[in-house]
Amino acid sequence: MRIEHTMLRAALRLALAGGLLVAAVANAALPIQRWQTRQGAQVQFVEEHALPMLDVQLDVAAGNAYDPAGKAGLADLVVQNLNDGTAQRDEQTLARALADVGAVLTAHTGQDRATVALRTLSAAEARTAATGVLTEILQSPAFPAAAFERERARSLATLQESLAQADGLAERAFYPRLFPGHGYGAVISPESLQAIQRDDLDRFYRARYRAPGAVLTLVGDLSRAEAERLAEQLAAALPAGPAAALLTAPTEAVQAGEIRIDHPGTQAHILLGQQGMAFGDPDYAALMVANYVLGGGGFSSRLTDEVREKRGLTYGVTSTFTPLAHGGMFSIQLETRRDQAQQALALVRKVLADFVAQGPTEAELRDAKRYLVGSFPLRLDSNHKQLDFISSMGFHHLPADWREAYPRQMAAVTLAQVRDAIRRRLHPDQLLTVVVGGEAR
Amino acid sequence: MLKTPLPFPSRCRWQAAWLLSILLVCASQTPPALAGTPASLVSPPSLTPPTGLSPPPAPGSTANKGSTAGKRSTASPGSTAGLGSTATPSPLDTERTLANGLRIVVHEDHRAPTAVVQVWYRVGSVDESDGHSGLAHVLEHMMFKGTPKVPVGRFSKIIARAGGKDNAFTGQDHTAYFEQIHRDQLALALTMEADRMVNLSFRDSDFASEIKVVMEERHLRTDDQPKALVEEQLMATALVSNPYRRPIIGWLDDLQHMTADDARSWYRTWYAPNNAILVVAGDVQPEQVFRLAQKTFGPLKPHPLPQRRPQQEPEQLGARRIAVRATAGQPYLAIAWPGPALRDVEHDWEPFALELLAGVLAGGDTGRFGEHLVHGDQVAVTADAGFEDIRRGPGIFSVEGTPAPGVTAEALERSLLAQIHDIQQHGVSEGELKRVKAQVISEQIYGHDSTFFQAMQIGTFDALGLPWREADRVPVRLQQITAEQVRQVAQRYLIPEHANLAVLEPLPVGKASAPTPAGETGAAVPAAVPAEDHHAH
Repeated sequence: MRIEHTMLRAALRLALAGGLLVAAVANAALPIQRWQTRQGAQVQFVEEHALPMLDVQLDVAAGNAYDPAGKAGLADLVVQNLNDGTAQRDEQTLARALADVGAVLTAHTGQDRATVALRTLSAAEARTAATGVLTEILQSPAFPAAAFERERARSLATLQESLAQADGLAERAFYPRLFPGHGYGAVISPESLQAIQRDDLDRFYRARYRAPGAVLTLVGDLSRAEAERLAEQLAAALPAGPAAALLTAPTEAVQAGEIRIDHPGTQAHILLGQQGMAFGDPDYAALMVANYVLGGGGFSSRLTDEVREKRGLTYGVTSTFTPLAHGGMFSIQLETRRDQAQQALALVRKVLADFVAQGPTEAELRDAKRYLVGSFPLRLDSNHKQLDFISSMGFHHLPADWREAYPRQMAAVTLAQVRDAIRRRLHPDQLLTVVVGGEAR
Repeated sequence: MLKTPLPFPSRCRWQAAWLLSILLVCASQTPPALAGTPASLVSPPSLTPPTGLSPPPAPGSTANKGSTAGKRSTASPGSTAGLGSTATPSPLDTERTLANGLRIVVHEDHRAPTAVVQVWYRVGSVDESDGHSGLAHVLEHMMFKGTPKVPVGRFSKIIARAGGKDNAFTGQDHTAYFEQIHRDQLALALTMEADRMVNLSFRDSDFASEIKVVMEERHLRTDDQPKALVEEQLMATALVSNPYRRPIIGWLDDLQHMTADDARSWYRTWYAPNNAILVVAGDVQPEQVFRLAQKTFGPLKPHPLPQRRPQQEPEQLGARRIAVRATAGQPYLAIAWPGPALRDVEHDWEPFALELLAGVLAGGDTGRFGEHLVHGDQVAVTADAGFEDIRRGPGIFSVEGTPAPGVTAEALERSLLAQIHDIQQHGVSEGELKRVKAQVISEQIYGHDSTFFQAMQIGTFDALGLPWREADRVPVRLQQITAEQVRQVAQRYLIPEHANLAVLEPLPVGKASAPTPAGETGAAVPAAVPAEDHHAH
């Protein structure tokens, strides 16, 4: 086994040598081409001919946070009903037109964004048919009343299920207290779904799905000229008008404290959190590095090491900074057998408090940066990953060279910056804690 | 009804959701349940970063969430096959077998400077015996617990420091370990995988701690998941002699009685180069991979492997029906019929016909379940169908659904079976079959977007002893199936006497324990908390 031993040493040296691999990372991706359509939609295009396929994604500021007061769930119902019929074709005909050419249309909402995505073969026949359906759906969604009623009933049914599960209950207690009085804190309820009318969908769509402010991202087997034509066609299909108004940052403080909700589950579900940072925050890189060490870095993180590896208290514990357009969230999440909830919670609090007080060690910082820089190519190594990454860049107005700058920014983070950032930005004594299930006290 | 996109690598839109969870169980921490909630159904921000620019996934919490990776649906992308006029990517893969029996398959994809390394062992939960369920998966966890050269806790850290991610998964037929890395770190990944193939050496105390983690995993993924409980109970009912009847994660009682020596013995029995396949996909050159593999795995000694018994399932003699009571918000039902597994890609046709049948019933938005039951009659919130056939044990055709509010499980059962009955009576139209086949072709091409998925497909086939190159032939074979053949398999296999049906009877959450207001620890508790947050509806 000598060879093996030597190889291992050599391989380990290789892995640990050579600084932060920035050079290796930099050679990667294809350029992002950018322009605006006549109607003011922003276009991002990566011309990738390796596979005979095309991804097209539309992002608009029409996510859940834009639900009108008392009508939480509207943004979701808009995307769910978007392909339920147009002025020309009913939903079955539209769905078959896509399926016949093997195209896949999906849509979902996040807090900030509504996303409509089409994946199709790039061969002219399939592409023309598929993008034609997408154009038609954007041009004249009919939101038929019957389909609306059906989808609302399905949403209600799904809501009923999440109201029975510990994770769903935890989320519902968590967000309203994390973002009181703000769209980020609104949660769907049976009442809010019932309050939504069919005409609300139409109004919301016409007000928020407009070309100015919309981002079209295209990745795949398409020429620049074809991409320009397609982007114009899609942007022209969107409702006319100036860009819709955007949210402002949350102003109310987190309702800190501990909420306990009974649940008969085997495990307790625990969420801890506070407000975090928005995209573009000057502390972004420092906090990303910090979070890797605390609980974002899987088996390299302190939380996993203490809660899972040393004590076997959980299958998964993570901490996450979730940047949003106008604010953000920091959260810690874990599940543990119900009789261990207090023990696990106390341990998590101690790990967090120690981390904020002392910060990472030099070695932890170095390892975090190695991962965040070195793993960067893995975030871009498929058309789908590029689409995901680049659409976010566009939607959040990040600098044009953000993709290239990211590894450099991570590599440049210093220990002093991390310590300073976590002391300013993390407040272990002012957390919101939600525990669903567990032993009654 | 627009679909929420499924996380990679689920191109498997025709799979019954409850079956998605049975194949793979990951060793490493997985984004917990919140992460899996479809964004379109939840108002609050998902705790999982919603955008591509959010924090990168941690090493160990990979895209492979144990639920979908490696599942093959009808739409399984092969890697080549010039179908019709559609341009397909050219095949760039090649293979070799070392003197010690280790098989190596390389799939080139030079779009990005990354590579996927997967080491597949031809051993899974199917090889366990009664009283030892969950052992294959527990050993998978223990594979991260150290060798003399890479001590406990180091493996994933070393990979992460090299900018890589690693994880593992256990199925019924295989156990696999993987790294996603920069191409320059290939030697590191191969060296460490070769090391733990033969040098694993963990302490009793590490086993004692990790078995608790596995039990937490079981609680998270099965005990508190009503659909997973239904699936577990249904498989235990549908199969009498075949070991697929046992859950991959293991029965809780078996986990509670498992010992460190059980795991060591499993390792000594099954882990050897002659029971493994190395798959490398990405920005690599085959000769370079072979050279490195020879250096790292070449010196390892093979050893004889146990004989496996066929454990053929006896014919089912009548319908079986069970109820599962669990905390849930909605009823749900699942039906399973045994069917033929794929053994010979060129000559079998029934498995392909059953795959297409699942597609006709539940393919995308245009399947019959969607058009007739979700949209038309509105008796279902969701309805799905799938056929599992790339496996050592019996194939399973499954149908499942959630009734619409006000519709009973029995009524939905009748509606689902009526759709099947209609196909048995009248067959399927050329138009709908053509539509399903069109999706097969496109999914095949979309599958090329993920090197991980390509590697999964190669590994899945090869671990079963199916020539992996024949994965490429699957879409071609599917194109050859006729509408009449689809009707024939519906008539032959989806018969009442062979049905196994499980109904979820939901127990309301509030029934077991009444919600109580917040207690307090440390910081102040809000004085008035809206009732809706405290009361489970």
